[in-house]
Amino acid sequence: MMTRAFQIQPQDNVATLIDDAAAGPVQVIGATQAEVVASEKIARGHKLALRDIAANEAIIKFGARIGHATRPISRGAWVHLHNLASDLDERSGTLDLHSGAPTDTSSAYV
Amino acid sequence: MSDLLKASWSGYLRPDGRKGIRNLVLVIYTVECAQHVAHAIAAGEEDVHVIGFPGCYDNAYAIRLMLALARHPNVGAVLSVGLGCEYTQPEKLAEVVRASGRPAEWFFIQQAGGTKSSVAKGKEIIAGLREKILTETPRVPMSLADLTVGCECGGSDGTSGLAGNPTVGAFFDLLVDAGGRAVFEETVEMIGLREHMLTRAANGEAKQQLADAYDKAERYCRAVRQWSVSPGNFAGGLTTIEEKSLGAFAKGGTRPIQGVIRVAEQPRGPGLWILDSVPDEHFMQFGFTNPNDTEGIMDLISAGAQIVLFVTGRGSVIGSPIAPLVKVTGNSATYRAMVEDMDFDAGRVLTGELPLAQAGQELAALLVRIAKGEPSKPEALAHREYFIMYKHQNTPGLEAGCRA
Repeated sequence: MMTRAFQIQPQDNVATLIDDAAAGPVQVIGATQAEVVASEKIARGHKLALRDIAANEAIIKFGARIGHATRPISRGAWVHLHNLASDLDERSGTLDLHSGAPTDTSSAYV
Repeated sequence: MSDLLKASWSGYLRPDGRKGIRNLVLVIYTVECAQHVAHAIAAGEEDVHVIGFPGCYDNAYAIRLMLALARHPNVGAVLSVGLGCEYTQPEKLAEVVRASGRPAEWFFIQQAGGTKSSVAKGKEIIAGLREKILTETPRVPMSLADLTVGCECGGSDGTSGLAGNPTVGAFFDLLVDAGGRAVFEETVEMIGLREHMLTRAANGEAKQQLADAYDKAERYCRAVRQWSVSPGNFAGGLTTIEEKSLGAFAKGGTRPIQGVIRVAEQPRGPGLWILDSVPDEHFMQFGFTNPNDTEGIMDLISAGAQIVLFVTGRGSVIGSPIAPLVKVTGNSATYRAMVEDMDFDAGRVLTGELPLAQAGQELAALLVRIAKGEPSKPEALAHREYFIMYKHQNTPGLEAGCRA
């Protein structure tokens, strides 16, 4: 079975992976049916760009703004801490991309 | 669906008219120094649960929370145990519980003679309390309209907002339509949704309450520079607080929000309610809002919830005293990996295996079985985690300072 990603609302520019994806075709289900080629490995629960997104453009999920792109994002790319930032929370931009662990309190672990 | 609306079972009638699905004895300790003795009293007693407050200095919020738990519909009788030198008064707790029509006893460990004597005394007291509530509590028919159900989420991942929380939302719609009460909290996880939330208010008063609760939650997050997202959320695929909020809010279903209650307050009528557990601004600053999932669950139980739903994508093994906790996951892989702790697999919604409305009904059917006496997974595993901490809510204003 092809790797699947779930798009919640038709205006969403990202979809959530239901399965772990390797680079390659992903079947988008939910609000629209489409096939998008993942340009990299994306873990289940993470987001895939459904179209090209410009820097500073809103990232839309659940039909609503969840933050803004911090750099241009291509269709098929993994959308996470390295290219999407909250409009409110500054700290999340400092977290480790893969584990989500904080990097700004490391000096306390002595 | 109509079968669920007609579902009826035998509940325990409390003097205030509320109905319980369990008939428990609650042991409350009033300082950390009495914690060991309280747990030793309850050890091996399936229908005896324990809560307590660790601080020696008292706190009005913690006292209100403990009293709301002590007068919960699932609680029939109370024993409060103190060491003997703390600020929080076990005698006063017992007095207030007695005034609610429940049998209640109390003692100080220092006056009972030490650990072994206190445990023996406590065991004797709870045997008497149990006997009393088993023989004297009236049994009455109960249905969904008599249920208050809370919902908390924790260990969230990308599936929680897609399947786990929407399934609870579908169930909450069903519960509200049946005349019951649904309560969800975590206003710090509604950040970014101000306008969206306000459109859900049932009336002008509710709208004002929602706006106030939202604005306080945002001031709190800005002041403490901490937003309600954790490393595990990011690793699970959530990137921003706004994204987590949208997923978290899905547990509220689609019905109008009747208003906001604060910790230890009861919903003022049937329908959907939001619980505000964020500390108020105070001369000691905000302090911390709920530092873990368990305090949120305590707060929901304090609103009278006889059952609490816990939505977790990544998996969690906590439980709760007083009200059974029911674990819902939107992640079928987590369900399979942790089936010994998980009650409901909502991941089937994502694969198209199960329509959302049907998932809500399946969850309702599970809750009816639990209300009838079937233990939830955490309940059967004897998970009884609790957390009661210092917090300031409904305290005098900032300008009153330390004279308050």
